[in-house]
Amino acid sequence: MKEKKRTPAKKQIQLKGIPAAPGIAIGKAHVFGTENVVPPERTISTREIPAEIARFKEVLKQTKKEILAIEKKISREMGVEHGRIFSAHLLVLEDSVLVKEVIARLKKRKKNIETVFTEVLNRYISVLSEAKDEYLRDRISDITDVGKRILRNLLGEEEEKSMEGLKEKSIVIAYDLSPSDTAMMHKGRVLGFATDIGGRTSHTAIMAKSLEIPAVVGLESVTDIIKNGDQIILDGIHGVIIVNPNKRFLEKYEKEKKKYEHLERELVELRFLPSETLDGKKVVVAGNIELPEDVASVISHGAEGIGLYRTEYFYMNRRDLPSEEEQFNAYKSVAIRIKPNYVIVRTLDLGGDKFLSQLDVPKEMNPFLGWRAIRFCLARPDIFKSQLRAILRASAYGKLKLMYPMISGVAEMRKANALLEEVKDELRTQGVPFNEDIPVGAMIEVPSAAITSHILAKEVDFFSIGTNDLIQYSLAVDRVNEKIAYLYEPTHPAVLSLIKNVIDNGHKEGIPVGMCGEMAGDVALTMILLGMGLDEFSTSPIAVPEVKKIVRSVNYSDAQKIAEKAFTFNTGKDVREYAKGKLRELVPDMAAELMD
Amino acid sequence: MLIRKEIVVANRTGLHARPAAIFVQIANKFDSDITIIKDAQEVNGKSIMGILMLAAEKGARITIVADGEDAEQAVEELSGILLYDIEPEQK
Repeated sequence: MKEKKRTPAKKQIQLKGIPAAPGIAIGKAHVFGTENVVPPERTISTREIPAEIARFKEVLKQTKKEILAIEKKISREMGVEHGRIFSAHLLVLEDSVLVKEVIARLKKRKKNIETVFTEVLNRYISVLSEAKDEYLRDRISDITDVGKRILRNLLGEEEEKSMEGLKEKSIVIAYDLSPSDTAMMHKGRVLGFATDIGGRTSHTAIMAKSLEIPAVVGLESVTDIIKNGDQIILDGIHGVIIVNPNKRFLEKYEKEKKKYEHLERELVELRFLPSETLDGKKVVVAGNIELPEDVASVISHGAEGIGLYRTEYFYMNRRDLPSEEEQFNAYKSVAIRIKPNYVIVRTLDLGGDKFLSQLDVPKEMNPFLGWRAIRFCLARPDIFKSQLRAILRASAYGKLKLMYPMISGVAEMRKANALLEEVKDELRTQGVPFNEDIPVGAMIEVPSAAITSHILAKEVDFFSIGTNDLIQYSLAVDRVNEKIAYLYEPTHPAVLSLIKNVIDNGHKEGIPVGMCGEMAGDVALTMILLGMGLDEFSTSPIAVPEVKKIVRSVNYSDAQKIAEKAFTFNTGKDVREYAKGKLRELVPDMAAELMD
Repeated sequence: MLIRKEIVVANRTGLHARPAAIFVQIANKFDSDITIIKDAQEVNGKSIMGILMLAAEKGARITIVADGEDAEQAVEELSGILLYDIEPEQK
């Protein structure tokens, strides 16, 4: 008590920023230098120019090597999507316009290359910092990251080791952290980090999330306020930083932290347990994938299968059409790796709104209502049959199911199946093995299909509800249009009725009904969907443990009552409020995940 | 051969970041010189910095100009990137 009088407690300060990666960190601050390298300026003679240019080109080469090495390391350790960040860096480095501009300026200004390079880069940065678009402004850190690296190499400086050199566990405070800095963070020593700049879409934020380090960005002046060694609470869930917290706050957050960590641990522990309610009703919680590589994430998050394998990737960003062999190999590898579980392969879902560089697809006024998905496939049997052949051939190697997108009525289903039969005949004649009984389903995303699901159910082996489009079509809302995005409501009574209709009609014919849109991973709605009788939830892999936890925490009989009650509300908002309240009541520790 | 095509950027995220990177990567595969014009601003289509400077958002009206042997194919492919979403929908 006496000591307290001598050193009065520092004032508690609370700062609000943008939550970038969830979690709570409590610890000492380590203010990471901004280290904006200002190169010494030097005038050069005309004779020195060629040597200066040669030095620049040499450094560009060296820097390229470095970036390639980091890209490789990150791709291996954290996944290809993070590695890709560095391919953007490579583009900056190899930008011929930038290089030419630097050289031209060098000749004109007769200053050393470091000075000229910095001047040119700063001009780009200042233009970008004026951009209205957040996404664009965030690219500044990419450019400075490369710029710093080049400059360091020009000046012959060693790579910064500060992040790796952290001696004790700290919360890192910085003006900005480059993706390279973030990549070097050791999870053990960096408890969390906070930066002045950066937005939700900055690469640093994205990487923090995948490193599972709590982070708050966009705090504006955190580096001015916080000093080395300050005691800090960092709340990456709400985007709050508390500097010099008082005892009451410290205790409160210690509790919050334990709660959060408990939930995370629990999610990790339960992920391989079956998706079964307290009273024994079993469902399937599956994952959605786009590339064969994604299977690893599906398995590690404990998904019990793949409810949606999107196959558009094969067709995008290339000049030729994918070969049957290429597709077969991909489907086969997924089928083998996900065994003994199943994978639902959705046939090509491309059309007016998506890039199909190989084909001369005319631009449409209304691409979402246009020539796309199954409509396109039925008109182009050459492309469609090659995919069907690949899928059928792969079905010999695992549990493959086949699903057609955008079915609007039974006639399309029959036409698609007729083509499927043709392909099966060909394979039989050629003696190529495939699963004769491959289950064939319809993706229900067009309101007409949902309404006539009693007819469709007689002709398919399963349904999977694609909520993203179903909601968009039934509410007539283009959710990309910001002005009306507020109308996009998964809980709209119309949407719930359509879903209920599909589930009931499917069950009447004895076929399983799944859901593979974003709604399936919306934890606030899991109980309602479960209660409506949904058999399979297919979500992005990270949401799998959360959905599982809810399924495992409730009684099916209670979920049924909740679903019934959900139909008594008149607006989507009321339904959501009710659902959130029920989640808080029945699975209180999951409520922390309810952001907003 | 010189080919010009005026388009309205329909890609959801406009011409930045990933779309810009893909645009530049594809542009560099062609022998033709590629220029993008927006309002009075003209940039080299093979330069990521140039393209970022344009800040072309969804709805922006731009002209793609290609000059060279493979100009026709270049314009067709490059305009495709901006007319359609090349990135799958994300959560």
